[in-house]
Amino acid sequence: MTVDATTTTRSTRNDVWRRFRRNHLGVVGALIVMVLVIAAIFAPLLAPKDPAEQDLRARRTAPNAEYVLGADEFGRDILSRLIYGARASLTVAVSSVAIGLLLGSLLGSLAGYVGGWLDGLIMRLMDLFLAFPYLLLAIIIVSALGAGTFNTILAIAVWTIPAFARVARSAVLQIKERDFVTAALSLGAKEARIMGVHLLPNFAATLVVYASLYLAYAILMESALSFLGLGVQPPTASWAGMIASGRNYVTSAPHIATIPGIAIALAVLGFNLLGDGLRDALDPRSGKR
Amino acid sequence: MTAYLIRRILATIPLALGVVLVVTISFDLIPGDPAALMLGEFATPEAVAELRTSLGLDASLPVRYVNYVIDITQGDLGLSLRERRPVTDILVETFPYTFQLAFAAITLVLLVGLPLGLLAASRPGSWIDNVIRVTSLAGLSMPVFWTGIVFMVIFSVNLRWLPVSGTGTWRHLILPAVTLALPSIAVIARMTRSTVLEVLQEDFVRTARAKGVANRSLLYKHTLRNALIPVVTVLGLQLGQMLGGAVLTETVFAWPGVGRLTVFAIFNRDFVLMQGLVLVLAMLYVFVNLLVDLSYGLIDPRVRYQ
Repeated sequence: MTVDATTTTRSTRNDVWRRFRRNHLGVVGALIVMVLVIAAIFAPLLAPKDPAEQDLRARRTAPNAEYVLGADEFGRDILSRLIYGARASLTVAVSSVAIGLLLGSLLGSLAGYVGGWLDGLIMRLMDLFLAFPYLLLAIIIVSALGAGTFNTILAIAVWTIPAFARVARSAVLQIKERDFVTAALSLGAKEARIMGVHLLPNFAATLVVYASLYLAYAILMESALSFLGLGVQPPTASWAGMIASGRNYVTSAPHIATIPGIAIALAVLGFNLLGDGLRDALDPRSGKR
Repeated sequence: MTAYLIRRILATIPLALGVVLVVTISFDLIPGDPAALMLGEFATPEAVAELRTSLGLDASLPVRYVNYVIDITQGDLGLSLRERRPVTDILVETFPYTFQLAFAAITLVLLVGLPLGLLAASRPGSWIDNVIRVTSLAGLSMPVFWTGIVFMVIFSVNLRWLPVSGTGTWRHLILPAVTLALPSIAVIARMTRSTVLEVLQEDFVRTARAKGVANRSLLYKHTLRNALIPVVTVLGLQLGQMLGGAVLTETVFAWPGVGRLTVFAIFNRDFVLMQGLVLVLAMLYVFVNLLVDLSYGLIDPRVRYQ
């Protein structure tokens, strides 16, 4: 019995991996994400210069041998700031999606499992969040709590909660009535155990796909807030912050504002491709479309 | 239909009350005294206290909430702290600019996104399908404010074809509208492609094909109409986001609409203006979604409202 169960899981896992590898775009996405993570973790080792070091002679120089991607208006090395910027963007995106996923799936599965008035209350609250255009909600939260990295994480997390709550709720509603849950209940399993052991693994796949796509949105949202001056604050190097300050030099030194945008677009594209690839691999039917 | 409409409109009332509550509470958290802000740094404490009382700021949160709701029902959104004019007047002046931008953008989305999605769906797996899929994903991934700046560098600074920013002629509208439309074009192209491919799998399409209906007519007559409902839903969401989400585009191009006004209100800590803006934008978003639901009946006569 036990042997059988493990072999089936292993073979499906292999299937998913095989299907994912065949999807070239998904692999490209995974590679981009890997490069980003490496850049974020090993930023001090990879950056050719100190991201805060100002070389006044190099102010606004175009890309050259010493400054591969040029220097900004203070003469700071743009490549080094981009590498450190990966750290800021990924920190905000990963923490906010992690908080959103945790709280959202908790609230959603609670709503779906308990049902009744609690379900109504939680889901109406989620509807209220969705009544705001998304950037506006984040702007309200950040302006109420104050600009900065931590509050940006909170604002984006709040915005992701409804999506994860809905996924979790519908998954719980689908699974709740299945025989193996009834069986576990009749064997005397505690409700919390049922939620953790039996329900979670069943919607984990959907959650992984959502998490990857929401990481892409979270990076865009962080960059929007940082561009407006509400997100990650200078002197911390952030991609959108670099664009915002480089905006004043679009005529004399357009590379300052334009190069960091490529980093944002690539990062978002990476998570989008990864999410699409994972969805196709986990749900073979959607891949054929 | 009428009963449905009335019920839907009534259903927005608790939502509106909730939005006002969220807005009131979150602006309560912002540090700073609106009365002190209004009077400037040389105001005497007595004058500030007097203004606080006359503005009703000394009241408790529930009382202020109820007062605000009563004011709203009378069309009074309060006085802007910075401009010392009714918020309603300011909104009436700025909204036309945002409407202009949003409708120009949504027209572009319809004219470009829908045909691209159809084209991709008509030859799934072909090179043109792959090009459209990859470019639309790339379009979704670029931050709006950055595409705006890149367009500005190319078309205004280098080629000198279009004005850098501001308003006045139709030429001022081109870059902001294209910038705002780009991510939505990508969303609609992707959505159209996947729903059309889905409908093409259905039995009635197979029957039509077996009866010898030509491919072209199959795609446009039989499939498109059936694929339109999800597309229109997403289109409505995009329009709603544009009305409230033009913040970035308007900031980049100095477009004097509500998006730029939002940024102005935040950085000047004009809570009253911000409250009014958020309320109107959220309600507009809800209203657009209602219109979308009503459009289903026009697209698909089988839809009944009960």
